[in-house]
Amino acid sequence: MKKNELSQNVRQFTGVDVVECYQCGKCTAGCPVADKMDIRPSVIMRMLQSGDADSEDELLRSLSIWLCLTCETCYSRCPMEIDIPKVMDYLRQRSLAEGKVHKEARDIVSFHKSFLNSIESNGRLHEVGLVMDYKLHSGNLLQDMTTAPGMLSRGKLHILPERIKDRKGLSRLFKGQTKNKKS
Amino acid sequence: MKLGFYPGCSLTGSSREYNESILAISKVAGIELAEIPDWNCCGATAAHNLNHELSVSLPARNLALAELAEMEELVVPCAACFNRLVMTQRELNENESLLAIVSEKLQFKLKNNIKILNVIQFLEKYVLPQLDELVKKPLNQDVACYYGCLLVRPQKVMKADRFEDPMSMDLIMQKLGAKAIDWPFKTECCGAGFSVSKTEIVGELSGKIVRNAVDRGAKAIVVACPMCHSNLDMRRPAIESYLKRKVDVPVIYITQAIALAMGLTPKQAGLQRHFVPVNLSVTQN
Repeated sequence: MKKNELSQNVRQFTGVDVVECYQCGKCTAGCPVADKMDIRPSVIMRMLQSGDADSEDELLRSLSIWLCLTCETCYSRCPMEIDIPKVMDYLRQRSLAEGKVHKEARDIVSFHKSFLNSIESNGRLHEVGLVMDYKLHSGNLLQDMTTAPGMLSRGKLHILPERIKDRKGLSRLFKGQTKNKKS
Repeated sequence: MKLGFYPGCSLTGSSREYNESILAISKVAGIELAEIPDWNCCGATAAHNLNHELSVSLPARNLALAELAEMEELVVPCAACFNRLVMTQRELNENESLLAIVSEKLQFKLKNNIKILNVIQFLEKYVLPQLDELVKKPLNQDVACYYGCLLVRPQKVMKADRFEDPMSMDLIMQKLGAKAIDWPFKTECCGAGFSVSKTEIVGELSGKIVRNAVDRGAKAIVVACPMCHSNLDMRRPAIESYLKRKVDVPVIYITQAIALAMGLTPKQAGLQRHFVPVNLSVTQN
């Protein structure tokens, strides 16, 4: 990566100018998952400011970008109103496109992919199909074996998917988009 | 009174009781909620984390269908769907080139001016004015109103009353005869979409919320979001394993609280569908 490439792309695709961050640290202080992150939100902003190619690569390989829950607490408290969650969305999409997803984030990505697969097939989320697809792709076959029967008995799971009628309209939306099959 | 209605996927499955209770109280209040024909999933966290265009085009299809059905106001009870639909509307109004791409894919020119209401806005506008007459059995309980993230943030777009300490749900619960406790976890994150992929994080974040509500005397936690509900209710085993103690405080949707106060049965409110049993006392008028 060239110097400043990532921060310039961030600006182009999200409208966020990372130079505005003056490192007060409020984002990190309020982040509910900061203690689990390898690089904390305010440090992510600093690394983008530095524009250093190695730092930018390190960001795309970080666990942090996937641990961000988009709760938007950082954004709501930022004195410069910097939309950090939007930057996180952009970094995630770049990380995925460049095959730099952190090892410990693979379950999260598998889940999101299975989710999009379910929508692409049915138009609506089919929770049983989603969990089956996720288990196959993540290898977590035995997970939630105790939750499913409770959901079924409470009428919370459909065995078969609900499909929307306008299949053509739906496939137009997915056309040309990255396939969400297992990478 | 007839309003457009976008239930979203959760309300047809894991949060059926939210759907059942909002339809039940609307019927009592004389409001018809008409579903958008052939609606699709909003794309939720998965789309905005992985694919920006889908995160806009999926909600936009629903907005287009609502316009085709000539809906002027759209009620969206799921806080996550509400957030996606509102963010999409805003983004398409600000970004002409994206609007052009999405319009072409939808083969529909969006006017993009439909009024989108979350559950609290819907209740305030259409149910609250009639509530004094409709409450038959006041809820005589201390409750913690939990707003989560998506109804209050981003603050600029959501325009909640007070984004660090909102009061809109508290005021509704007070109208139902309950006491809404003052507590600091109203807008903390429950762990959201990590329910399946990082359950232990949900156990910790939701655990802190539940612990604070209980320690401050809440006999129930009141929510307005299916993700919050399933994390606080269905993920109770993960919460208890984080807290290393058993916690039996129930989690109810605000629409279920209203249904009970209106004198509907626990079954009509869908309380039997919860994992943590709900035993709320109501006072006879």
